[in-house]
Amino acid sequence: MADVKKIATRDSYGNALTALAAEHEDLVVFDADLAGATKTAVFKKAYPDRHFDCGIAEGNMMAAAAGASAMGLVPFVSSFAMFAAGRAFEQIRNSIGYPHLNVKIGATHGGISVGEDGASHQCCEDFALMRSIPGMVVLSPSDDVEARAAVKAAYEHKGPVYLRFGRLAVPVFHDEATFRFQIGKGEVLREGTDVAIIANGLLVNEAVQAGELLAQAGIQARVINLCTIKPLDEELVLQAARDCKRVVTCEEHSIIGGLGEAVCALLAERCPTPVRRVGVRDTFGCSGPAAQLLEKFGLTAKDIAAAAKELCG
Amino acid sequence: MTANEKKDLMAMACRVRMGVIEGTHSAKCGHPGGSLSAADLFTYLYSKELRVDPKDPKWEGRDRFVLSKGHTAPGLYAALADRGFFPAEDLKTLRQVGSYLQGHPNMNTVPGVDMSTGSLGQGVSAAAGMALAAKIQKRDCRVYALLGDGEIQEGQVWEALMFAHHYKLDDLCIIIDNNGLQIDGRVSDVMDPYPIVDKLAAFGFAVEEIDGHDFEQMETAFAHARETKGRPYAIVMKTTKGKGVSFMEDQAGWHGKAPNDGEYEQAMNELRQALAEVEAM
Repeated sequence: MADVKKIATRDSYGNALTALAAEHEDLVVFDADLAGATKTAVFKKAYPDRHFDCGIAEGNMMAAAAGASAMGLVPFVSSFAMFAAGRAFEQIRNSIGYPHLNVKIGATHGGISVGEDGASHQCCEDFALMRSIPGMVVLSPSDDVEARAAVKAAYEHKGPVYLRFGRLAVPVFHDEATFRFQIGKGEVLREGTDVAIIANGLLVNEAVQAGELLAQAGIQARVINLCTIKPLDEELVLQAARDCKRVVTCEEHSIIGGLGEAVCALLAERCPTPVRRVGVRDTFGCSGPAAQLLEKFGLTAKDIAAAAKELCG
Repeated sequence: MTANEKKDLMAMACRVRMGVIEGTHSAKCGHPGGSLSAADLFTYLYSKELRVDPKDPKWEGRDRFVLSKGHTAPGLYAALADRGFFPAEDLKTLRQVGSYLQGHPNMNTVPGVDMSTGSLGQGVSAAAGMALAAKIQKRDCRVYALLGDGEIQEGQVWEALMFAHHYKLDDLCIIIDNNGLQIDGRVSDVMDPYPIVDKLAAFGFAVEEIDGHDFEQMETAFAHARETKGRPYAIVMKTTKGKGVSFMEDQAGWHGKAPNDGEYEQAMNELRQALAEVEAM
């Protein structure tokens, strides 16, 4: 795997914004003193007149972006997931979600893999918070190709979108030449009928590896990438549940309120199926190198394979 | 301002106040106190200051108004209805299931409402964002926001003021309705926001204090606001909460309480009499 190209999806975000801005004059960017980290600094360098630092004041930034959007601009608003979805939740809910304004929230540094900064900065609640807002689209892309496609799709979508990006460089496994992204549509990365593994974000690559591990043990897993947590690709999930009879969900997020619960809620109502949720188990994170933390919190291919085996056993 | 112009404004302000009483009485809830303190401002803005078209509420070239103190929607709605944005009889549907006149302003349902508000402190940010957008888009558009003097206890307001000053949003004019009361009592007792003028000045605003029930002072202040370049403008208007209805004046208890049938009759009689006096001028 040493030759696999790795790119953090936050870098994809900054690059995608810069590329999109060339075609779309109405695209503007707001940041809260984190442009270097969220990578909107890349955009700022190319389009200094369309990048607005709001200082360390996320609440104002969200509502100001709402106002700018009401005037016809398409603001991408950035901070760390903790301070975007977390601190500014109510501004997003009331000033962006309720009026259904065309604001895109580009939140970087989602999940445990933030690493050394520790629990205060490791947002594992953003999917839950953003899913709860009516009309909000929630995206968690898995690699560079998907992240850039998601930014473009978010721009083209009319209405609020939350995009979560990661700090950690992750393998690029999609082929840009053939990849097609659509909001609300999942992607089958591996065929199988023994167990369905449904993942998003950084855990998609882990899920693919888990599929290989399981194949070695004679278990054929269907591996699904569900970048869009909301609206959920219900048909794809239901078909997987019907075909495989067992489902494992995987996300770099609390098992409360994220992809796992979205899948469980759908299956409970429409196709009761045994499920195991791989995610952060109702606990705060801690400081440490990202790779070690993913192991500590049980978010690796090995953990996913173990959950699948338990279901199949 | 001619005597006739002033008379027209005074008459409209009486009708706006009656609309506030009609709406909140019909809803059996809502916020008459702050709607009445700002009734003269709503009247002035929608008669004289804002470039808006009641026949084309979404006209792109219009000025924007954000009611940051969104709970005083009854006052805004009454002014919009009086200017013909929608029928005045609809004010009686305020807060009812199925009505477009939501308890707090909804930009997607109410003709003439430029921003959905209700959660205090957010509207002023949205207004600042609008003014920034207008600047980027090189539009001739002014943006106004009305805040409560209790509302400025929200930290976000000061974030927004920093932002407005930093980006030199000289097309932004904020107005503080300084009626001195909030739900729990006097603002100075609940969480003292004074000195408001000094604080706004320290945040880089050009500031002017006026009597919020004096149309001539409003005319002068808004002219100053339009002439001021390079920084945003703030008008702190001294008002009386519940203005125009004797038993509601300067009473915190009328912040968020509707008049009952008897109180409704008395309030409407007082306002009808005030209107008759204006018309006889």
